[in-house]
Amino acid sequence: MWRPCGVIDETYEQDLAIVRTFPQWTLTVAALGALALLPAYVSGVTLNTVNHIAITIVALHGVNILTGLTGQITLGQAAFMAIGAYSMEMMVRYWGLSFWIATPIAMLITGVAGVIIGLPSLRIKGFYLAMATLAAQFIVPWIIVNVRPDLTGGTDGLTVSPPSIGGLQLTSQESIFYLCATVAVFSTVFARNIARSRYGRAFIAIRDNDIAAEIMGIAVVRYKLLSFFLCSLYAGLAGCLYAIWMRGISVEHFTLHESIWYLGMLIVGGMGSVVGVILGAIMIRSLTILVTYIGPWIAVFLPPGTGTVLELGLGPIVFGVVVLAFLIYEPHGLARIWERFKAFYRLWPYSY
Amino acid sequence: MGFQKVMEALSNQKVTPRLASLSGVSLSFHGVKVLTNVSVDILQGELLALIGPNGAGKTSVVNCMSGFYRPGSGQILFEGKDITPLRPYHRFKLGISRTFQNIELYEGLSVLENLMSARHNMMSYGVLAAGLYLGKARKQEIEHREIVEDIIDLLELEAIRKSKVGSLAYGLRKRVDLGRALAGQPKLLLLDEPMAGMNTEEKEDMARFILDVRELWKTTMVIIEHDMGVVMDISERVVMLDFGVKVVEGSPDEVKNNPKVIAAYLGIEKQEESSK
Ligand SMILES: Nc1ncnc2c1ncn2[C@@H]1O[C@H](COP(=O)(O)OP(=O)(O)OP(=O)(O)O)[C@@H](O)[C@H]1O
Ligand SMILES: [Mg+2]
Repeated sequence: MWRPCGVIDETYEQDLAIVRTFPQWTLTVAALGALALLPAYVSGVTLNTVNHIAITIVALHGVNILTGLTGQITLGQAAFMAIGAYSMEMMVRYWGLSFWIATPIAMLITGVAGVIIGLPSLRIKGFYLAMATLAAQFIVPWIIVNVRPDLTGGTDGLTVSPPSIGGLQLTSQESIFYLCATVAVFSTVFARNIARSRYGRAFIAIRDNDIAAEIMGIAVVRYKLLSFFLCSLYAGLAGCLYAIWMRGISVEHFTLHESIWYLGMLIVGGMGSVVGVILGAIMIRSLTILVTYIGPWIAVFLPPGTGTVLELGLGPIVFGVVVLAFLIYEPHGLARIWERFKAFYRLWPYSY
Repeated sequence: MGFQKVMEALSNQKVTPRLASLSGVSLSFHGVKVLTNVSVDILQGELLALIGPNGAGKTSVVNCMSGFYRPGSGQILFEGKDITPLRPYHRFKLGISRTFQNIELYEGLSVLENLMSARHNMMSYGVLAAGLYLGKARKQEIEHREIVEDIIDLLELEAIRKSKVGSLAYGLRKRVDLGRALAGQPKLLLLDEPMAGMNTEEKEDMARFILDVRELWKTTMVIIEHDMGVVMDISERVVMLDFGVKVVEGSPDEVKNNPKVIAAYLGIEKQEESSK
């Protein structure tokens, strides 16, 4: 990690601090302040996107813990979000629990489901494990649609009524923004801390060399499952936020397509990097929006017929190209570019 | 009867303060015998050298001790207990640590983090504390960081403590591998060719570190080493394996003049010369 010259830690306590210098503190406070004021100078549509990004960040932290840190590929994050969203809504709907109580329970349910889906990881790795998590991506929606459609609403899904806090209903994008942003910030701090704790080291040890990890004191089985648990906890939380943001849930929202996009965002952001999670989510979600605006514009110049095809295909194409470009040119993602920029900025104008 | 057994065990312990032993260990892969009825005692506080030509089964002995290989028959004992059925991480917790012939570090972690990872089980803070990084988590991280920094100083790794291991040169990585093994505060340290592939200067450094550690912590060690000069210099007892069988055991002086050792090592030297 790069730091300004002359900043030397005198105690390990100082060395542990994430935000060290006065300018860093000022920047952090300023950034949080700007975030808090965002609804004041941003329109509803943009805020809607910002909320989507915040929810994505929460879900992506989970994928990052499991795939980025522990090295276990998952193609099932969207399915786990569905588990979180549906169990929350059903507890609210049928048991009359409040959103605030149902959410933590839904997170735990999702966590347990994650551990169950993670069990194959004890025997299989890589591609085969990806297939096992892919199974979750097919099984979960099937269960939701077919087993008790009277309770889950089948293919129609369920509407979600906005939760209220202290008499205030979270109906507007502004109010949902404050919830999502708070949760996203807290999730980020939590994920960052996990990554630098003894758990994060154990996860990375398993990713980098699972045999050595086991020999050097890491109970690999336990920590793989813990990683699945944490990943799903984040998925559950993101699912609950998604439900109130959408004001409704259906299996259409939690598709394999979404799960793959999460992996793509992680690649673009930088595997295993907490900053990368934020940058990757912002980049891919904004790009998607951009493409939906630009698509029709380009379509005008194309022969009739091909236009709509392109319009529909443009999103996935751009996504694919961007992910490929990062895989080839910067496998460490935006996080590495950001590090380089910071290093440059600090040394500027004396680069040595 | 019980009393007598206890007394026997106690007196046995006094006569031979064994820390660990392999007793009658045999190991084979797909019918190919790698170890045949190998029995080795590792005495409290000693530095035992394990020698033998390539493919003799030295690494396999270490793998059996650390639990990576499970012997087909025989037992592994540690501090008087049968640890044969225990998983590797459990043995590490009991105090059996090791380095690897081919350096098996966590490339994505820094030197510091590689060493800290070996202290995982000595810390007790939970996931929630870790996520909030308050109280217990912070306190334990600092406590253990101090111990790890001592090891970093001892092995002269200060300058690279924050470097990712993947970016380090071979000799340094070998040293980090030793550092991680030490960070586990082992009672028994198994060193699998810690000096392989090093130049004379690096070898001398490594030998110095090993002797420093012994002086500081009186750690019992088993070292696999091909350089007979080093073996004679630093070890107290030598065991030689050949084709998976223990063929020689004794003090360096006794072993030095053993015809089997001479044959094996002269053979190797001849091979090396002819290959040059
Ligand atoms: N996992 C394994 N599968 C198959 N054969 C193995 C395995 N591990 C070891 N062997 C075989 O067992 C024999 C002894 O190997 P081992 O690595 O213990 O030798 P060594 O004495 O450490 O040799 P070196 O000096 O080359 O490191 C070799 O013939 C090797 O091919
Ligand atoms: Mg070997």
